[in-house]
Amino acid sequence: MATPYAKLPAWVDFGLIPFINLLVAFIVAGMVVLLVGESPLHAATLMVKGAFGSGEGVGYTLFYATNFIFTGLAVAVAFHCGLFNIGGEGQAYIAGLGVAVPCLMLDSFLPWPVVFLVAILGSAAIGAAWAFIPAYLQARRGSHIVITTIMFNFIASSVMVYLLVGALKPKGSMAPQTRTFLEGGHLPKLDWLLELFGASIRSTPLNVTFLLALVASAVVWALVWRTKLGYEIRTLGFSPKAARYAGINEAKIIVITMMISGALAGMMALNPIMGDQHRLQLDFVTGAGFVGIAVALMGRSHPAGIIPAAILFGMLYQGGAEISFEMPNISRDMIVIIQGLVILFAGALEHMLRPTVSTLFASMKPSSMTVDGAVAGDN
Amino acid sequence: MEFFGLIFGLNVFDSMLRVSAPLLLACLAGLYSERSGVFDIGLEGKMLAGAFAGASAGYVSGSAWIGLLAAIAASVFLALVHGFASITHRGNQIVSGVAINFIAAGSGVILGQAWFRQGGRTPSLPNEARFNAIDLPFATAISDVPFIGPIYSGLISGHSILVYFAFAMVPITWWILFRTRFGLRLRAVGENPAAVDTAGISVIWLRYRAVIICGALCGVAGAYLSMAQNAGFVKDMSAGRGFIALAALIFAKWRPLNAMFACLLFGYLDAVAIVLQGKEIPFVGHVPVQVFQALPYVLTVILLAGFIGKAIPPKAGGVPYVKER
Amino acid sequence: MSETAIELIGINKSFGAVHANRDIHLEVPRGTIHGIIGENGAGKSTLMSILYGFYQADSGEIRIDGKTVTIHTPNDAIAFGIGMVHQHFMLVENFTVLENVMLGAENAALLAGGISDARAELDRLEKEYGLEVDPDAVIEELPVGLQQRVEILKALYRGAEILILDEPTGVLTPAEANHLFRILRQLKEQGKTIVLITHKLREIMAVTDNVSVMRQGTMVATRKTAETTVEELAELMVGRRVLLRVEKGEANPGDVMLSVEGLTVRDSRGVTMVDDVSFNVRAGEIVGIAGVAGNGQSQLIEAITGIRKALSGTALLDGQPIGVTGSADPNELRGRGMAHVPEDRHHMGLVLPFEEYENSILGYHDDKRYISGPFLDMDAIRDDARVKIGKYDIRPDNCRLKTANFSGGNQQKIVLAREMERDPSVLVVAQPTRGVDVGAIEFIHKRIIEMRDQGKAVLLVSVELDEIRSLSDRILVMFAGRVVGERTPEATEGELGLLMAGVESQEAAE
Repeated sequence: MATPYAKLPAWVDFGLIPFINLLVAFIVAGMVVLLVGESPLHAATLMVKGAFGSGEGVGYTLFYATNFIFTGLAVAVAFHCGLFNIGGEGQAYIAGLGVAVPCLMLDSFLPWPVVFLVAILGSAAIGAAWAFIPAYLQARRGSHIVITTIMFNFIASSVMVYLLVGALKPKGSMAPQTRTFLEGGHLPKLDWLLELFGASIRSTPLNVTFLLALVASAVVWALVWRTKLGYEIRTLGFSPKAARYAGINEAKIIVITMMISGALAGMMALNPIMGDQHRLQLDFVTGAGFVGIAVALMGRSHPAGIIPAAILFGMLYQGGAEISFEMPNISRDMIVIIQGLVILFAGALEHMLRPTVSTLFASMKPSSMTVDGAVAGDN
Repeated sequence: MEFFGLIFGLNVFDSMLRVSAPLLLACLAGLYSERSGVFDIGLEGKMLAGAFAGASAGYVSGSAWIGLLAAIAASVFLALVHGFASITHRGNQIVSGVAINFIAAGSGVILGQAWFRQGGRTPSLPNEARFNAIDLPFATAISDVPFIGPIYSGLISGHSILVYFAFAMVPITWWILFRTRFGLRLRAVGENPAAVDTAGISVIWLRYRAVIICGALCGVAGAYLSMAQNAGFVKDMSAGRGFIALAALIFAKWRPLNAMFACLLFGYLDAVAIVLQGKEIPFVGHVPVQVFQALPYVLTVILLAGFIGKAIPPKAGGVPYVKER
Repeated sequence: MSETAIELIGINKSFGAVHANRDIHLEVPRGTIHGIIGENGAGKSTLMSILYGFYQADSGEIRIDGKTVTIHTPNDAIAFGIGMVHQHFMLVENFTVLENVMLGAENAALLAGGISDARAELDRLEKEYGLEVDPDAVIEELPVGLQQRVEILKALYRGAEILILDEPTGVLTPAEANHLFRILRQLKEQGKTIVLITHKLREIMAVTDNVSVMRQGTMVATRKTAETTVEELAELMVGRRVLLRVEKGEANPGDVMLSVEGLTVRDSRGVTMVDDVSFNVRAGEIVGIAGVAGNGQSQLIEAITGIRKALSGTALLDGQPIGVTGSADPNELRGRGMAHVPEDRHHMGLVLPFEEYENSILGYHDDKRYISGPFLDMDAIRDDARVKIGKYDIRPDNCRLKTANFSGGNQQKIVLAREMERDPSVLVVAQPTRGVDVGAIEFIHKRIIEMRDQGKAVLLVSVELDEIRSLSDRILVMFAGRVVGERTPEATEGELGLLMAGVESQEAAE
């Protein structure tokens, strides 16, 4: 819209420019590392070693990545419809109920696969329900979805605190959390998967939810690019006018898209609750909902980009923890900075370098650079 | 009756003022930015950056005022980043705001740890590096006068100077907005930037000025948190206040006087929640503290849904200005 | 002081490949009303935008009062005493009249002084020119005519000696327009110079002293208004273009397939855009709607095709109601045999970031033949797209390419292929050759005639008079939301041009 549509080869548009943006984000992050008196190169080496140097590191990296795949997909699906779902954090948090309640009720007499199935449905349904209200208000009453989803994050937080210090807390306990689940509420680890690659380690929290995340990625890909619904979502996201022309029901698509987005965010709750902590506790989401924004922007809203982006952030989380042992100046909060920088350079400033790259290409190959007047035209 | 004494007690109103001061500063900050057509969900981050910079500079220099200046500088820097992304490069204002929140949240802790090695906190500020409560003239003298006395000396007097600054900013903002040339242009550019452009005024420079003011006020709000309300910076100490301020701004329909009432209301809810903890409300029974915490957000959603009046944002808000034709 | 208020010498301006202004020369004497007339896209607005500092000319010279000046911004223009009333008002809607007038000319950092100055000045202007308006009224509560008056007041408040009005009557009722003309004459008597941009001949004749005609970016003639006629101007404006030759046999009209009765459509601001329009289209004929853009054609088409709600009236597709005032649904209409090639190809007819094959099913994406189980049948869709690419000679012949990368003509062929290959009974085509290269134009015209010969009912809307004349079997002319006349294709350009400019044929005959 704003920038003239200069034609660049696809690999520049979808490969080079995003890569440069990312590079800039990491260079700035490196400068912060330098500022606190550490060597960015050393920090990067430590981080990669911490994340991938051992089977254990890989396990943790993929465990974190599982969370980010779900929340990244959630943000991405909404992006395709032109919606900004900033409420993944709250949707995941409240969906913890959809995981914990089935576990608490069924764990004593049903095997994990059954409980898992119920919990998948439960978390998806509650996440979707939490996204429904902002979606409905956007579709029917024009309430800005960014603001309402932010508000719903805080409301979710209050609801969960209320429940965890009240109804969900076992009698006599002080900690604001549910009781620990029995066997039926424990998901199997994926240590065998790591062992296949020759790593023999003590247990990591990596569990079958990771496989579910991969399945979800495939499902999202198929949904967005291979179904009629996905077609309608993308049409609406790119051009509301074309959607109206094609007879697509705008309000309906907004609500459905947001509910899918909320369901994906909600399923993130499975990973820490059933896969690792085996109980519902306060603040288990720990910002994963927001990391999803960075992951979706970096992965260009495509599962093939989201999975590596999620693994990169998983690496940052795991490797960041490792760094802090050797570099006390660098804690996990470094990742929050990197996250912000990625969002800034891959999101808000994504077009900053485009003119420069365009000029560069123009000077190299004058004939390939035509400004498409038709596209740069009015509106 | 004991209940009413509780929720209408002087101490409740006193803490209402304390709690609402930073909200009010951030809310007015957002008002300048959004009135100019630049949406800002990065109030939270700017406040946090201000809190950290204020506490750090205040500790190192031993001067509250130097701390305040540092707080303003840090927050304005982030505001300029927001301006650079959303005004100069016409990027997505929401995305830029989200980014700033994260950058601020991470930087405070990382820099704090590197500089002071107290796990991301800043060291406790000595008294002279804080904005302490000040007694207004005659506060003790008239405290015995019935009715007026307690209100003046117990409620109005005895706050940090930043609290008075926050409330003074309400009429000042009103005056700037509705009585000065800058205010006229600011309101115009948020509604119809093309009208401003054809009148021969620079849309970009006008919006940058709005964003800078927004940064400065967020900086003061941050300084209040770490240098008046507390004696130092701790991780995530803004605790969502930037978002409550955003809610208050919507609730106030982008008007300064309304902003004050919205912030006082939200501040009051906060204060009342504390005194009511574990107590029964007549005819209602026990109301969990979380209800009060969630109320500002719930009220804002209801307002946004159009059930109590209609919150119409500045028309050009969120849309980068592109010269047309 | 020079007798010439404005002098433009050799102005050139291009946008990419489009040469919007070509070596323009213009002289406007002081204290006159000068009309600039031309069809849409003739370059009138570009020229005036250069004068007001919105654009920089690529070459050429501007003289104001005989002195060569450079105008980089509206501020410069204002300083040289130029004021502009834009077609779309540049007003802050929730501000008062006073605030709008002051904006950018406040005199001091505080408003108080400026407000009383402005109030006094508005009072003076009101007395001097009869420009009455309540200074404390809020703009959005004022009728359009008064809003325009505020725009004029804004310019005068800034001391404008030269006033440019861009299509000022487009949004006005006839009574409001007459009032505006009275004001313009008064301003002229006070020594102001006025440039009036319009495509309406009647206005030119009614109010101007001189008139310049623009066509396709060039200034083709300047006349004293008293010494010219509407016929001459219409001809200059439309030009004697060689009629594109399209092989076309006799029409063979059958049953009425599309009938519209008393259709009235208002836009979001409540302005009546389509006013009580009725017509029929029969199977096997092409009905062309001629008219200058913005006279309601777009809204008419959108209402018939179910995209926009009409206020009142009915429309029947093959005898069955379309539901124009409520229930109309583009999808359902498609199923009933209505095909629609929209005028806004970039935002409505296509999704530019989509790959070509994805656009080949837009609107037909729930057709059974493209669906298998829960999924879109990609093979079927792509095969289908490839067939259309072959049949319509769409280049490059790659259905996996992004649509934005196709040329205008090929993009239009993508839309045509999609809409025509469904064997519709009614084809609604709007601006089929806008932004399309010459080779593709011929192809598109041929296809439209083939559709007619296959017995489809075709409704063609175009601002290109040539196109209407060479394709249509009957021609309806729209002006100000109404159908002001029906003609055969044999009608002369002059006759149609007059109708399009809002001059009734009787008037012209006088």
